[in-house]
Amino acid sequence: MTMSRLDPQPTEVVDRSSKLRFRWNGKRFTGFEGDTVASALAAAGEHVFSRSMKYHRPRGVLTADYWDPNLLVQIGDDPNVRAGHRLLEAGMDVKAQNAWPSLRRDIKAANSLVGRFLTAGFYYKTFMRPQRLWPTYERVLSTFAPGGKIDIDTPHRYHDKRYTHPDVVVAGAGPAGIEAALAAAETGARVLLVEHEHTVGGHLRYSSAAADRAALAELRVALEASDVEVLINSTVTGRYEDNWLGIVQRSHPTAVERLIKARAKVLVAAPGLIERPYVFAGNDRPGVITSGAARRLVNLWGVKPGERAVVFTANAEGDAAAEDLERAGVEIAAVLDGRDGRRVSSVQGPPRATDAVVAGDLRIEADLLVVAAGWTAPTSLLNMAGDRPVYDPAAARFFPSDPPGNVLAAGGLAGDGTLDELRAHGGATGQLAAARASAVAHRLQARTARALPVEGPEPAWAPDERAPLGRDPHPELYRSDTHGMVDFSEDVGSKDLVAAAREGYDSVELAKRYTTATMGPSQGKLETVNTVAAIAEARGETIAQVGTTVWRPPYAPVTLGALAGRNFEPVRVSSIQPWHEANGVRTIIAGQWIRPDHYGDPAAEVRNVRTNVGLIDVTPLGKLDLRGPDIPKLLNLLYTNKWSKLPVGKVRYGMMCAEDGVVLDDGVTGRLGDDHYLMTTTSSGAGSVWEWVENWLQTERPDWRVHVTPVTTAYTSINVAGPKSRELVSRVAEGVDLSPEAFAYMEVRTAAVAGVADCFMWRIGFTGELSFELHVPAGHGRHVWEALMEAGADLGVGPFGLEAQRIMRLERGHFIVGQDTDGLTLAPSTGLSPLIKLDKDDFAGLPELAWAADRRLPMIVAIQPDDPDVVPPEASQIVRGDTNEILGRITSARMSPTLGRSVCLGQVEPELAAGGTKVTVLLTSGERISATVIDHHAHFDPSGERLRG
Amino acid sequence: MLLVPCPNCGPRNSADLRYGGESHARPDPATATPRQWRSYLYLRDNPAGWLRETWYCRSGCRRWFTLERNTATNEFRDPPTPGDKRGGKA
Repeated sequence: MTMSRLDPQPTEVVDRSSKLRFRWNGKRFTGFEGDTVASALAAAGEHVFSRSMKYHRPRGVLTADYWDPNLLVQIGDDPNVRAGHRLLEAGMDVKAQNAWPSLRRDIKAANSLVGRFLTAGFYYKTFMRPQRLWPTYERVLSTFAPGGKIDIDTPHRYHDKRYTHPDVVVAGAGPAGIEAALAAAETGARVLLVEHEHTVGGHLRYSSAAADRAALAELRVALEASDVEVLINSTVTGRYEDNWLGIVQRSHPTAVERLIKARAKVLVAAPGLIERPYVFAGNDRPGVITSGAARRLVNLWGVKPGERAVVFTANAEGDAAAEDLERAGVEIAAVLDGRDGRRVSSVQGPPRATDAVVAGDLRIEADLLVVAAGWTAPTSLLNMAGDRPVYDPAAARFFPSDPPGNVLAAGGLAGDGTLDELRAHGGATGQLAAARASAVAHRLQARTARALPVEGPEPAWAPDERAPLGRDPHPELYRSDTHGMVDFSEDVGSKDLVAAAREGYDSVELAKRYTTATMGPSQGKLETVNTVAAIAEARGETIAQVGTTVWRPPYAPVTLGALAGRNFEPVRVSSIQPWHEANGVRTIIAGQWIRPDHYGDPAAEVRNVRTNVGLIDVTPLGKLDLRGPDIPKLLNLLYTNKWSKLPVGKVRYGMMCAEDGVVLDDGVTGRLGDDHYLMTTTSSGAGSVWEWVENWLQTERPDWRVHVTPVTTAYTSINVAGPKSRELVSRVAEGVDLSPEAFAYMEVRTAAVAGVADCFMWRIGFTGELSFELHVPAGHGRHVWEALMEAGADLGVGPFGLEAQRIMRLERGHFIVGQDTDGLTLAPSTGLSPLIKLDKDDFAGLPELAWAADRRLPMIVAIQPDDPDVVPPEASQIVRGDTNEILGRITSARMSPTLGRSVCLGQVEPELAAGGTKVTVLLTSGERISATVIDHHAHFDPSGERLRG
Repeated sequence: MLLVPCPNCGPRNSADLRYGGESHARPDPATATPRQWRSYLYLRDNPAGWLRETWYCRSGCRRWFTLERNTATNEFRDPPTPGDKRGGKA
């Protein structure tokens, strides 16, 4: 087979005045604007493009389009590019994949000599035992992995996202799809027409028939004049619940790819039909191509696919291919008509080419075999909508069964007909789609209380009155009298499938997974029906009885870049963030927030707070503003302790439990006025606690008068901590007496701070130091922070971050919900049983806590390793002696700069909870260390003198 | 992605809401037996068919509501009643 460029063809899409230079495996080539990478190479006489995955067999053009499994190449740093689809650009550096050392001399082709050992399940069976060799197997086998090379230094490229809500999405812009889009748009519907290829027209693009050319020109003009939004080189990759569609657009002007998430009211599936390879000995040899490939090569790119051809045809497309080839000057050695019972048995020749075609007793010399053996209906989008297509043996393909009313099939998927019939059916489908879309739109709007009122009653659901398409008879051509390749991407032959069936994998879903047939880059588009046919044959059943595998998303492979793309998750920073950044902050991502972790030396920050005064930005702290007369009832219901008698000006600590008695959240709540409270939650619980509160108020106690406003981001929160904090705050606060007698521990005041009115401040002690927590209207947060820094310069004020705060709270023995507790930690395990008031009428989790009251539960305890220099990794297990019996675990551990020793919190079985108990901690290194449980949570200042000062 | 008919905001992507699961009446904590309480906590009818369930419109109106969904077909029915938590199998 020698390909070459023909004289200009009337249908071609290449611009012969252009000249694009590119490289293929290091050698220089040229092609034209409009060529695909593969067509340019084919025109230059190349006929081996890749080596197959398992046996490294030479492979050439098969289908010459997106689905061609033999044309995956590396272009620059872009692996697995489909050369049958990717348009040629000047300067491309194209390389063959999966071949070593070269495409011509591939050493692993020896695999094909041992092919009989590499049957289905070979790897599973061979590399099972011994288990200790798995890492070695993996290392060696990974060098056999197919595919291109990933360059981890590839610069980031821009992948975009878009959300859209069209009335009708038409998947596939062949004649039927275009007519559907036009007809729907005619009624005023918003229509998105999505085409996989680079231009619209479907099979008309590569037809040389005058009527087809005229129709294509007419459709293009009509489309141009319409309001239809056309996306070329784009694929509808998935259909999900309520017509939520994923569309990958590869034709965006600036983004590499754009993932479009479309909520379509009605989806029209018009993907056309995909030509199916025929299974016989040598069917994967270079020189064997589909009839569509022959027509595309000749008519689109002016490439002569061979010199002397045998055409095996069972349908009109195959007949047309024979005519096109003849016109292009290819000698037609024979036309074998599959409708007359003729079959191809094998092709012969050297490994890299075809010399002769064997059909029964005939041996015909030829360098090209063109096969038109039938069609696969790519029903994927219908399957994703819940349809189970049905096989029709008379037409030798699957047809839609009963898709939901908002998914309509058109074109070859729906049936056969003349071009006019297909166009008319497409138009009728578009009208039906638009009518149904208007009913859906009416319903959506009518159900939206705050939308504009809809006019009139909901339009009736339009009945499907389309004249159905016919079905052309087609012989069932799957396998000849020889065995051949079924899945070209995965190197799975019909023999492998028969063997799999014999081994018991005779359900098509099992055989698929066992042999990996249909699981490669072709995603079953070429090989699914041949796979089913091979299984059916092995089972002695019909294709209808065996059924097909379920086509799942994606319709075509999707890059990870397209899925990751732009991130729309909001990132939150406090109003003080610019100051932090200007002062050497190291940040940490905590939920939606970016927070200061430290400013270089967390231990120094701890020492400064313990001796002078420090500031920490605690803005992410969850804050809920509560108003109304029934707040005490709400607090009594949410927290385990009592809230009825909290006076104005006081704050109280509370612990919340879920209904199973497990600790959910904790924090302090202060009473600012008669009917006004400020509740704080943990930073990570800010959102979920708000939902929790709303759930109780809306569903269980709708009669209670409490209004909840989330104010987490409305206030910038600054904790001023350290022995000099009172002095510092007194320098900036106005109208408030800060003396211990007037403003005691666990009290709240409203004051002006640094000229900012309406700030709340309360005295709490998470760090174990005298501290004032300021909640400042967010717009003034940075001003107050800077005023404090300035006012405290002579006091040694400095910022501290989350890490220093975590060290200090651990020194002080305060647990953190979710760090020291987990999804099984019942409230009494925290050691705060006095705060669990079982005599209340009701609170969340009450029954479970009442039943747990006399059970011995694991306890959170403070633990000190006997070697003060060892900081056990968090999650180290506490075990019994030298055994591996688990008795608890370390939940928090740090080196304490204050005490000069390691300090921990852990959860232990009740038998170890008493102070003075010696425990064994199993480190991740395997070493065991001894440690001692201490009799209170606080490693430092257990009496709490410092924070009450 | 499922479209969930919020009674206030209209049909919205399910990712805009929080799924509260099968709705369950809360037993009276004063009288509930462990069996009743743990049934409330853990046991669900999980029918293949119509189910009364709770949703929270977290990105919209911030209302909890119940509605009925056919778990086999994902159809919704009946205008949902805000706050109504009676239910289980519908």
